[in-house]
Amino acid sequence: MITIIDYRAGNLTSVRLAFEYLGVPSEITADPERILAAERIVFPGVGAAGAAMRNITELGLAPVLRRVVRRGTPFMGMCLGAQIVLDYSEEDDGIDCLGLVQGRALRFRHERPSVKVPHMGWNRLMIDRVHPVLEGINNHSEFYFVHSYYPVPVNTADIIGRTDYEGMDFAAMIGRDNLLATQFHPEKSGRLGLRLLENFSRWNGIC
Amino acid sequence: MLTKRIIPCLDIRDRKVTKGVRFKNNIVLGDPVEMAARYYHEGCDELVFYDITASAEKRGIDIGMVREVAAAVHIPFAVGGGLSSLDDMSCVLMAGAEKVSLNSLAVENPGIIRDGARAFGCQCIVLGIDPVRTNDTLRYPSGYEITIRGFRKRTGMDALEWVKRAVDLGIGEIVVNSVDADGTRAGFDLCLTRLIATSVPVPVVASGGAGNAQHLVTVFREAHADAAIVAGILHAGEVTIAGIKDRLAAAGIPVRRVW
Repeated sequence: MITIIDYRAGNLTSVRLAFEYLGVPSEITADPERILAAERIVFPGVGAAGAAMRNITELGLAPVLRRVVRRGTPFMGMCLGAQIVLDYSEEDDGIDCLGLVQGRALRFRHERPSVKVPHMGWNRLMIDRVHPVLEGINNHSEFYFVHSYYPVPVNTADIIGRTDYEGMDFAAMIGRDNLLATQFHPEKSGRLGLRLLENFSRWNGIC
Repeated sequence: MLTKRIIPCLDIRDRKVTKGVRFKNNIVLGDPVEMAARYYHEGCDELVFYDITASAEKRGIDIGMVREVAAAVHIPFAVGGGLSSLDDMSCVLMAGAEKVSLNSLAVENPGIIRDGARAFGCQCIVLGIDPVRTNDTLRYPSGYEITIRGFRKRTGMDALEWVKRAVDLGIGEIVVNSVDADGTRAGFDLCLTRLIATSVPVPVVASGGAGNAQHLVTVFREAHADAAIVAGILHAGEVTIAGIKDRLAAAGIPVRRVW
């Protein structure tokens, strides 16, 4: 069973449908009890970091998420979820985030104004280290991105894969121990995205 | 490197995919969910659905169809036509669409862009425009006037002025559909696409006029489009997604090859 956290940051239909397609049971919830009892957690999200953190605080989820991650529950952030797991985001004049991975989310700033923000579309994942969730996925496979901020972990050991956007190399997949986060949207990334989700649904949190 | 997206466009009427030239002489091509699934498996990067009769007949969007598409394809897709409120947009997004495409509604009520971007995020809000070429450059400095309601109504608005205003209001992407090129298969309007693509900080999708794979090479290379819509030639089986991508890759244009 996958527990999909609903912290009112974007709609979760596509995530639910992807697991449904894979035949993996899932539930959508913001209930701390259910989250504490979860077998595996997916932490999605689109929208702005400021509003997302406010919702997490209102729902009382920050300590709950810290606890399940510390306890070893397999946990996967997606898109905004990959930024909220960090210490801090530059978005909305700067906001403190969950601090599950040391690092910050920064805004794309290119020297050339012709580079468009958001970074929107399919881009390649350059895999830095082997991870069980990437089984069956070749290096340089494309995934679907749509974001204006990107994760910058403090420890390069927390980078699983990188992506290049117009000469700007960023961490597209980060993780340590039982925590994993993708800046791209696996649920919208076709067959390979589904493969990643399927791998996650079997992952025991050890890498 | 970010790849160039190939986006099949499905015009829907009475839950069937149709195709016509300049919204006229429409013929039925097939079932939307089946066609969407086929293009998804063939490796398209995104899909767009327009309910072409919704605006004219003031009907809503077929949410059941959106749900079925979302269950069948696991790539982003946009829905446009017939949206008349934030509630409509919310329904479409909650049913599993990634984006909503606003065209006539945005012209008639620009505030809906700002409200939609605030409620759902800029990345969800696509502006569709149907500009027509004009010689009256005194009134229309860009050389293009915006039309709405399926090319039937002129607005008196300059194309470039309108997209800049819409970007300020919060749109995340623009689909530029040339009225002059639409359905002609003579190639995209390069001048129009380049004008918009080099003037706004958001991604631009070229639409209207694709007649062969080389037209896509040209629109990416010469007009700086970020994505391109194909419809007629794809539906008629004259090209395939893989065939288009082979051609683009051979020309050195980055495309998504593994799906």
